[in-house]
Amino acid sequence: MLEIRNLHVTVEDREILQGIDLTIRPGETHAIMGPNGSGKSTLANVIAGREGYTVTAGEILFDGKDLLEMTPETRACEGLFLAFQYPVEIPGVANLYFLKAAVNAVRKYRNEPPVDAMDFWELVQERMKLVKMDESMLKRSVNEGFSGGEKKRNEVFQMAVLQPRFAVMDETDSGLDIDALKVVADGVNALRGPERGFLVITHYQRLLDYIVPDHVHVLFNGRIVRSGGKELAVELEEQGYALYNEEPGRARRAA
Amino acid sequence: MTDSTSTLERLAASDYKYGFITDIEQDTVPPGLNEDVVRLISAKKQEPDWLLEWRLQAYRHWLTLKQPEWARVEYPPIDYQALSYYSAPKQKGDGPKSLDEVDPELRRTYEKLGIPLAEQAILAGVAVDAVFDSVSVATSYKGRLAEQGIVFCSFSEAVHEHPELVRQYLGSVVPYRDNYYATLNSAVFSDGSFVYIPPGVRCPMELSTYFRINASNTGQFERTLIIADEGAYVSYLEGCTAPMRDENQLHAAVVELVALDNATIKYSTVQNWYPGDAEGRGGIYNFVTKRGLCKGRDSKISWTQVETGSAITWKYPSCVLRGDNSVGEFYSVALTRDYQQADTGTKMIHIGKNTRSTIVSKGISAGHGQNAYRGLVKVLPTAENARNYSQCDSLLMGDQCGAHTFPYLQIQNPTAQVEHEASTSKISEDQIFYCQQRGISTEDAVSLIVNGFCKEVFKELPMEFAVEAQKLIELKLEGSVG
Ligand SMILES: Nc1ncnc2c1ncn2[C@@H]1O[C@H](COP(=O)(O)OP(=O)(O)OP(=O)(O)O)[C@@H](O)[C@H]1O
Ligand SMILES: [Mg+2]
Repeated sequence: MLEIRNLHVTVEDREILQGIDLTIRPGETHAIMGPNGSGKSTLANVIAGREGYTVTAGEILFDGKDLLEMTPETRACEGLFLAFQYPVEIPGVANLYFLKAAVNAVRKYRNEPPVDAMDFWELVQERMKLVKMDESMLKRSVNEGFSGGEKKRNEVFQMAVLQPRFAVMDETDSGLDIDALKVVADGVNALRGPERGFLVITHYQRLLDYIVPDHVHVLFNGRIVRSGGKELAVELEEQGYALYNEEPGRARRAA
Repeated sequence: MTDSTSTLERLAASDYKYGFITDIEQDTVPPGLNEDVVRLISAKKQEPDWLLEWRLQAYRHWLTLKQPEWARVEYPPIDYQALSYYSAPKQKGDGPKSLDEVDPELRRTYEKLGIPLAEQAILAGVAVDAVFDSVSVATSYKGRLAEQGIVFCSFSEAVHEHPELVRQYLGSVVPYRDNYYATLNSAVFSDGSFVYIPPGVRCPMELSTYFRINASNTGQFERTLIIADEGAYVSYLEGCTAPMRDENQLHAAVVELVALDNATIKYSTVQNWYPGDAEGRGGIYNFVTKRGLCKGRDSKISWTQVETGSAITWKYPSCVLRGDNSVGEFYSVALTRDYQQADTGTKMIHIGKNTRSTIVSKGISAGHGQNAYRGLVKVLPTAENARNYSQCDSLLMGDQCGAHTFPYLQIQNPTAQVEHEASTSKISEDQIFYCQQRGISTEDAVSLIVNGFCKEVFKELPMEFAVEAQKLIELKLEGSVG
């Protein structure tokens, strides 16, 4: 469902992504691990269409459609979701109101009428239970004054309500306590299904104990230097990334 | 990244919807200002001598004054002799006796503006007085309100029907000597609205005045006087629009509010005068004096304003908190874009004991817009235990606009507690991208964020007007994107 081919991306004349190839089929969950600054968020942002990145070569197809041609909101309406590493605060805009605006934007794109108030409320109630979120969070302004963990939980909650076909989760586990981690994982797992794809960015193997990935990739200096199964995450946890630094030959071979 | 700035700038530029001109025969006094013009206006309104005398005193005082220059606004000198001081739609005979007699062309004007003059407005639950250029053309629901002893009529009518009230309160809050524009208004004011709520009566509907400037080269000088007697409550709303014209037009109104013991007055304004074109040509000069007197104990006056129009806005709705335990509030959203300038704020004058005031000001600047908040909190020696909370937030869209905050404090009683918070922010690209990633277009994202910024003020508006204000802000920010 998501096909990335030979993707090169520069930021302010510096090449951050240096030829990424990645194919994610419906129903699959892929994990990306890699040291700080290796380009993980850059990849997530380019998939979502954030400004400020220049794609110098390559392409991204989403269900065969050219993703890079689409505006960020079109990508979202097509069913792409990004759980942000740093969710943004929007003062004065109630969380529930924001979510409804998002749901209706997607419905409008699909030529559907605005969501029925009762249906929406039921969905919200149900999804709130899924991520064990307190109802009071709905009335509060989007992410304003939320703790780090609450912000991440709110991202998963939004995802659960919007039910995208493909979600990129950028370090959704960072800053979560162990209970919150399980809750977030449960939220994601509940959404997993034969039609949905996930790209999970994380630093910790721990998350992958709960969200068991089909494939794990190592991103290093803007390249995927290794791909493997879940056991790769365990190996990384034990050995770190030093290996790739010292043995560029091996890294290249592994890629 | 600069892209998104220009997107914001494009969004901030939009067209004025209310710029049409009504083709109607007008009775307009030739331009120029002198004692004869003052006498002529008074005569046209068949005013009593005391009122003419008051006008003349004001006029003579005005001649001794200079246009104030302290505000952070810039404009070429106004030629007061080039303006006409009275313009009214021509009427056959005595003028409309009922709403059915209002000139159909005028009715169409108000329909286009979305203002229901007809009694069907009963559904909307809003009584409307509509002021077209210099005169009040219709006041709906007068009858129903009269059953409760409420007076809601044009100022001119009040002069004839309730002279004792007018005489007692006119100039009691804003004396004719108050300031340059208020003094000018006192000399030449043409019409406006008058409200009196008797003791213990809670006005059952929103009262509303709709101001419309149509004629060219005329100044609009209306005067509003609202009196809430002991224990009374009233919520009042004014709205304003004007046609698009290349020359600047002057609007110098005066609003006086008087709240007696335990009375509450809520005064809301949605101001959308023509702001001028994208290059800064034309537009209304909105130089307005608004002041409320909390005369009685436990009285309350609350100003809420949404200022989106005018080339220049110069207004400081204020509260004089004379009664013990009285409360003053000021909630404001001021939006400037293109070459609009706004210098607005409030004055809270604490005189009585335990008086409290709250100020929430939200300035939005886009394009080359300049937005200044100017506020005075004054606590007199008599005001034991006075409290004030002020919050001034500015939102900048683009990098050519400006926001300025001028808070003044004069505290003469050591028991006073005064708090001031201020912030300046920009709509960040991160916020817009976050919205976009959830499917919301850039344009909708900007309205969402701006409305969030204004929320504390919008929630003070009566429900239906909060929706209107929100739409108006959206319209103002609407652009070619989408
Ligand atoms: N907008 C930008 N301007 C300048 N440099 C940038 C920008 N965005 C990313 N970079 C640089 O690109 C590199 C990759 O950043 P990215 O955020 O993708 O890393 P990451 O793998 O997500 O790291 P982390 O694990 O710390 O989140 C870093 O060196 C970063 O400084
Ligand atoms: Mg990152």
